[in-house]
Amino acid sequence: MTSFLKELANEMSVTAVAEVPGAAPAPAKMAVEHLNLFYGDFQGLRDVNLTFPENQVTALIGPSGCGKSTLLKTLNRMNDLVEGCRVEGSVLLDGADAYRTLDATDLRRRVGMVFQQPNPFPMSIYDNVAFGPRSHGVRAKADLDVIVEESLRAAAIWDELKDRLKKNALGLSGGQQQRLCIARALAVQPEVLLLDESTSALDPISTAKIEELIGQLKERYTVIMVTHNMLQALRISDKTAFFLLGEVVEAGDTDTIFSAPIDPRTADYVAGRFG
Amino acid sequence: MLFSLLSELSAGAAGGPGAPGAPAAGAPGGAASGTPAPVRAPKRPHALREGVARVLFATAAALSIAAVALICLFLLVNGVPAMAKIGLPEFLFGMTWRPANDLFGIFPMIVGSLYVTAGAIVVGVPGGLLTAVYLSRFARGRVGSFLRSGVELLAGIPSVVYGFFGLVVIVPFVRLLGPGTGLSVLAASLILGIMILPTIITVAQSALDAVPARYYEGALALGVDHEHAVFKVVAPAAASGIMAAIVLGLGRAIGETMAVVMVAGNMPIIPDSLLSGVRTMTANIVLEMGYAADLHREALIATGVVLFVFVLLTTMLLSVIRKRGEAR
Amino acid sequence: MSIAFNPRPRRPRFSPVACSPVLGALGAVDLAPSWFAEEDALEVRIARTARHRRAVSALLRWLTYAAAAVTAAVLLFVVGYILVRGVPALSPDLFQWEYTSENVSLLPALASTVIMALLALALAVPVGVGAAIYLVEYARRGSRFVRLVRVTAETLQGIPSIIYGLFGMLFFVTACGWGLSLLSGACTLAIMVLPVIMRTTEEALMAVPDSYREGGFGLGAGRLRTVARCVLPSAVPGILGGVILALGRCVGEVAALLFTAGTVAQIPDFAGQGIFALFDSCRTLAVHMYTLACEGLHVNEAYATSVVLLILVLLLNAAMRVVAQKMEVSKK
Repeated sequence: MTSFLKELANEMSVTAVAEVPGAAPAPAKMAVEHLNLFYGDFQGLRDVNLTFPENQVTALIGPSGCGKSTLLKTLNRMNDLVEGCRVEGSVLLDGADAYRTLDATDLRRRVGMVFQQPNPFPMSIYDNVAFGPRSHGVRAKADLDVIVEESLRAAAIWDELKDRLKKNALGLSGGQQQRLCIARALAVQPEVLLLDESTSALDPISTAKIEELIGQLKERYTVIMVTHNMLQALRISDKTAFFLLGEVVEAGDTDTIFSAPIDPRTADYVAGRFG
Repeated sequence: MLFSLLSELSAGAAGGPGAPGAPAAGAPGGAASGTPAPVRAPKRPHALREGVARVLFATAAALSIAAVALICLFLLVNGVPAMAKIGLPEFLFGMTWRPANDLFGIFPMIVGSLYVTAGAIVVGVPGGLLTAVYLSRFARGRVGSFLRSGVELLAGIPSVVYGFFGLVVIVPFVRLLGPGTGLSVLAASLILGIMILPTIITVAQSALDAVPARYYEGALALGVDHEHAVFKVVAPAAASGIMAAIVLGLGRAIGETMAVVMVAGNMPIIPDSLLSGVRTMTANIVLEMGYAADLHREALIATGVVLFVFVLLTTMLLSVIRKRGEAR
Repeated sequence: MSIAFNPRPRRPRFSPVACSPVLGALGAVDLAPSWFAEEDALEVRIARTARHRRAVSALLRWLTYAAAAVTAAVLLFVVGYILVRGVPALSPDLFQWEYTSENVSLLPALASTVIMALLALALAVPVGVGAAIYLVEYARRGSRFVRLVRVTAETLQGIPSIIYGLFGMLFFVTACGWGLSLLSGACTLAIMVLPVIMRTTEEALMAVPDSYREGGFGLGAGRLRTVARCVLPSAVPGILGGVILALGRCVGEVAALLFTAGTVAQIPDFAGQGIFALFDSCRTLAVHMYTLACEGLHVNEAYATSVVLLILVLLLNAAMRVVAQKMEVSKK
């Protein structure tokens, strides 16, 4: 069953599945402890405890409305924008409390985010990537040039865009826009990268490119991604957490979750019986 | 259910190919209609009524075209001959306006209109745009809704009331600042700046409100704070709407008449300082039209033509900005 | 300056070539990037600029607050000043039916304002609503005629009232031979507010969901019947909003009326002359106020008149709010 899934995943993927170094437990880059989240009276997350190991890809899966995107937005405090949103428990980045000791803007610089819909700013490609560094005090043109090039290279889109850096970013295709957004997020040198269903609005080819990219990015960043696509989770993630109705049902190595889930609900979900 | 089925059938029959009863209200316009409603020629008994209604509505729509055409026609027919008689260069660039001596140079008025408009922009635009940013992105709760209804009220106050306020408050204040009566470029600029505030605020605010949330969120996710996200991402994204707001304010300022007449002093000379009096094109018309006759009267209408040209230019500028905004 | 920045454990240095087989295969040049090499320098820089950035943010925030405060202050000052000076000047004498040079009663002007505004709206509303119905319900969108109507309506909206005044004087007063009269003034105002009514009606009609139209056509109703029975009723609040806006412009207008309706301070004598009272000259409240302010003899009366004008505007704003609430309700 699982091997079939794995095969299928391999077949659909352009690249090989990232080699998972199974052994030594990686140190936790981020962690949430006893996290409860409320939208007004509605409880969106119930006592969530998770660790996100450094330089690994963690996938959050589960049916719509299960709280996985909510958790992602809690990690960089984008939920602060939602009126009536209340968070209990703690979110830790390198052991520091994201809600009590860290400044929200500083946290967001260190924990970058790529959204479901590509959202490049209505300005040139260059300015999009340079926006973050500029805001953080990089002024010299030479420095910015290097940052822009490196970020675009890291997002595997430099060769496509290098001749039209001055063009408006809204003229790019969806897949290019999304990789540009990844480049933009990388340009502020985050430590953690959050991907919120970042391939769901894209065509298969763009999706494959971004999946390949994620496999490369984890060498440098801690990646946490929300996905609806279980095959995608299987292809590129090292760890997986399965959510249901705001609770973590099961979390662990991706292989284990997909091949030998402990909870029957997880088994049903990964087998495609609901969701 | 059955009934609607039946009537659909009968309507279909009546509106079949060739339905001869309904040429006016019939297929061409109806079939090509942009509304996605099911298109069907009306039933025969109503064909006449439908046709008449259609023609009436079309006439109503055509009236606005007729109005613009008539306005242009009457202004030009009455204004252009005067320009010819006076001589276009003498009229546009003449420095002296002395109707008694048949001297009709409106250059001081053109310059006056431009000065006063520029002053209004300087006074009204920064505050207006920042207020729009405040209302769109900073205001919370009751303060915001109070200010919003306040802006609506400002927009509704008639220009005579502004003019009167200028006369009794701003002019005496300007008089304190230096020589002169206080009736001045400065007074006119201040009162016009206040008058264009609501235009600028409402238009700019709706442009800012229309900026998709994803731009703002994208900026925040880069670790940029609220203020920088608003000023560096949201505001540039609303640039064309903000430009439109400024141009609309400009159009309002250049065409404003009563408030300016009451506070500007109205000397037909080019002002040499902010504190000297000034006469705008609009003021020129309103001041003298009451008693003017013959060439004098025609020269005033010609002044209106020049003003009209300026206004058309701002309208064109506006549509260019809007098109650019849509293109993005 | 202390830099409160926790040095975090160094991450493995990033090389795009090393971690990207694609780039590596393409032979992408390793730039030995100074950006990544000077990682810590950047972090220190970030920490340092964070303070600067916070200062800029505070400045920007206070600028917007200050602008909003100035706007509010201007509003309160204008309205407050007029009210404080004007309310004591209101006296029963000002509401006499007769205007004399001793008692510059504003009642005739108030009555003329109402008549003038109603007449102008009676002319403009059917035309404006009809035109909007044609544009939204009948015409093919994007046809040349529609585009022309749009452009001209936009042009009309931008034309300053003094130009309308000139046109009214040339056309209605002189060419039509109506003289300085109620009718000339009302026609001029009607053209002036036409684009306002057209635009708001258009917006209101476009906001009506197409399912309403489909419902009408589905029952076999013709286009007229569908529009009148199914579409128009739910657009009424929006249209009303436009009418109120137009009313506001009529009430406050001076420049368009000075040379079309004149400044005679009397109520058009419909009782005595019947329909011919349409050709009487009359002054609206705003014109009345302008003449008082310019003569400079009746400053207190001018204050009182501006109070009455302000109250009218406040009433119209309140009406607008009610209509807007209706619109919200009907949307739900």
